[in-house]
Formats: sequence, C-alpha cells, structure tokens
Amino acid sequence: MSLATRIIPCLDVAKGRVVKGINFINLKEAGDPVEMAAIYASEGADEITFLDITASAEGRGTTLDVLRRTAEQVFIPLTVGGGISTAEDVNQLLRAGADKISINTAAIKNPELISEIVDRFGTQVLVLSVDARRARTKSGFEVTTHGGRESADLDALDWIESATSRGVGEILLNSMDRDGTRSGYDLEMIRRVREICDTPLIASGGAGDIQDFTRALAEGADALLAASVFHFGIYRIAQIKEALKGAGYQVRESSKLGKN
Amino acid sequence: MTKRNAIAILDYGSGNIRSAQRALERVGLDVEVTSDFERAFESTGLVVPGVGAFGSCMNQLRAVRGDDVIRARFNSHRPILGICVGMQVLFAGSDESKEEGLAILPNKVSKLNAPILPHIGWNEVTGVAPLELLKGINGERFYFVHSYATREVPGDARTGISNYGEDFIAALELGSLSAVQFHPEKSGDVGLQLLKNWADAL
Repeated sequence: MSLATRIIPCLDVAKGRVVKGINFINLKEAGDPVEMAAIYASEGADEITFLDITASAEGRGTTLDVLRRTAEQVFIPLTVGGGISTAEDVNQLLRAGADKISINTAAIKNPELISEIVDRFGTQVLVLSVDARRARTKSGFEVTTHGGRESADLDALDWIESATSRGVGEILLNSMDRDGTRSGYDLEMIRRVREICDTPLIASGGAGDIQDFTRALAEGADALLAASVFHFGIYRIAQIKEALKGAGYQVRESSKLGKN
Repeated sequence: MTKRNAIAILDYGSGNIRSAQRALERVGLDVEVTSDFERAFESTGLVVPGVGAFGSCMNQLRAVRGDDVIRARFNSHRPILGICVGMQVLFAGSDESKEEGLAILPNKVSKLNAPILPHIGWNEVTGVAPLELLKGINGERFYFVHSYATREVPGDARTGISNYGEDFIAALELGSLSAVQFHPEKSGDVGLQLLKNWADAL
C-alpha cells in the first residue's frame, strides 16, 4: 500500500476554449474546458491543470468562470496557471475553485512573490512551473518565460534550488524543447532536477509513446502531466494507468463504489 | 431556528471552504457557512476545514472563537468532522508551530518521515476497526496534501491508517468526533460517499 502515481491532463485554455499547439504556436482548437475536465475526471484523471495561455486582463474573467463551472461538477484537485502575478490573483482563483496555482514568469521577476503566496495560503497551493530548455548554462538547462519565447537568463537547476528553498509545494517541470512534439519527456532533465530536489516533481512536455510515462517515473518523476496525447485521443488515461500498473507502479484505479 | 440536518462549515478564513460546501451540497445536504458561535454550535453537524500552516489556522480559529465552539461541541457530544489541518488542530500541538492546538486529543502532530514532502496524491486508507466514514468503501484511494500527521490517538478511537514513508493516522472516530487527514471534498465519488456516510450517521 502506497501513494499512486498521478496522471494529470493539462488543458491549455485561451478565451475559454481548450487549445494545444506544437511548441506553443499554431494553436489548434480542441474543445470546451469544463466538458473536457469532467470527461477526464470520469476517465480517471487524478487532477486537472488549466493553463491560461492568453492570461490577459479580459482572459482572466473567462478563466474564473471556467473554474467556477468546473468546480461545481468536478471533485478532484484543480490547478490553474498562466499570468498570475500577485497574491490577490491567487486569492481570486482559489475562491473561484482552484486548489493550487502555478506560477512561472512572475516568480522569476519577483522571487519574493513565492514567499508571499506561501505565507498567506500555505505551501500546498503553490506549484512552481519551470519552462526549461537545453542551453549553454551551468547545468545545460535554462529557464524560459512567456511560453518559451524568451530566455530568463537563469540556470534551471539554480533557479529550482533557490525557489524551493522558499517553500513551494510542487515543481512542474516542462521541457520547452519537447512541448507538443510527442517525442518523449526530457529524461535527463527530470533526472538532474530529481537529484537536487525533494519536492514532488511533475514531468511535462513531450509525452507521446506509452513507454514515455514509465521512463519519466524511472528518472524520479512523481506525477505525469500531458496534453496532446489525451486531447487528440492517442491514449486514454486508463491505458496509461494499465501500462504503469504493468510496470509495477501504483495507480488509482476507477472506483468500485456501487459496483459490488 | 436551525433546520434539521443542517450542516455548518466553520468559516475562519481557511481557503478551501467552497470546495467543502460544494461537495456537501452535491450529496444533497443543507449547508451553511458560518463563523457565528451559536449557529456553529447548534448545527446538526459541524465541518472544520483547514489548509495551510498549523499556526496560522490556530490563530484564525481563535479570532472567531472557533476553538471554543469546537470544544463546546465535543463536550456536548455534537458531531464534528475535521478535515486536513482541521483534523490536526484537534491535537495538543504540532512540530510545525509553537501555537498550541485544541488538545481535545492528547498527542502531537509531527512531520512525516518521508524523502519527498509534501505527501501529495491519492493514497489508500485501511481501517483497523470498521469506521462509519468508510462504510461501503473498500480498497479506494483518497486525495492527500500534507507534510504533518499524527501516529497516535487514544486507545478507544477507531482509526484508518495510511502509509507514506511510515504509517500515520488518516482517519479517526471517537464518539461524535470524526476527522480525516485527506480531502474528501477533492476525492471524487469516493470522497462524496464518505461525506454522505458522515451526514447519514448524524
């Protein structure tokens, strides 16, 4: 008996619709976020992540609405990221029904924001989202902002060490080189981050083959986030859980309630 | 007048009140969110939610006399359900903070002995003795988010155990007092069933 590996579908939301592109460009519409969240929850998603990729002032109202409507019918943890820059943003999202929020650019600009959020809402609400790619930095990985469009001039491992020392609840490690490519998680990156961090680690970016999930776990990931493979129906959540179970990992199986 | 079967959620500024409210309403219960002493005391069942740090939860609880209402209900055998930090505050204290707990239960809460913290995700709960809360729920997982937990409770309490690095108390029942370290309001259909079990037994 032990903790199950979490499978987390990520819904990239722009103007109230789910979109997912290749390396964050060429967005291709894939559905209604509330409906998709409910379907994923019924198919065994262990959490749902919404990433607001427009995250403009007008987009924020739409995200709050999506969140409210999702929280009315989906009773599993909901994480929201994208454009969060103040503790007040966090407060609004939590009130609308988010359980956790993920921050990226704002934390890099102002690391004090991490402490401010953690002090006010607890470490459990804060997911540090790290959009990293291979580069000629100390560790060979650098942090990017603005959906991978800009370099933050920060070594990824240095950044994770400094951010976790302020007390984040989880790390969402997204490979910008692999994002949307379905060519596999960046396994070396996962391994290197695992070596320096004892915070739960969610692998993201590049899941394509069913073996990619077990490979990421073998490198030390605690949870697996994916978007394209689910949205385009390449794999169902149950198939991935079956594969993980076959490889000896614990998963949460569909509830047997009312089926006895 | 308080309606029969009315559930009150103690509002002391904890962030997850709405999820608890939505989940209880989903199973057909009449729910009131309140920080009023009388209303919280008179309700048929009182839910004490809680997320974040132990010390700030205790301070916020005291600010609305939540500590008094929980003790008063316990002493008059009125049902209470503590969730997550809402469970932890029932104990004498926590290694997380210098603030004292309610000391309804004698032991202290301490950090889990596990390599990766917080303990986040879906874990199993096994009952040593049959728990009302887990009636009809077998071999299911609940959603946890915490770094601290208790390992010891009074001998006459019924307990459910989980393991993360070590065994800890994930659920307990002692007379009219129920408490869970996990989040039933975030544990899907299984969590909703647990909340319904609690309310059905009131």
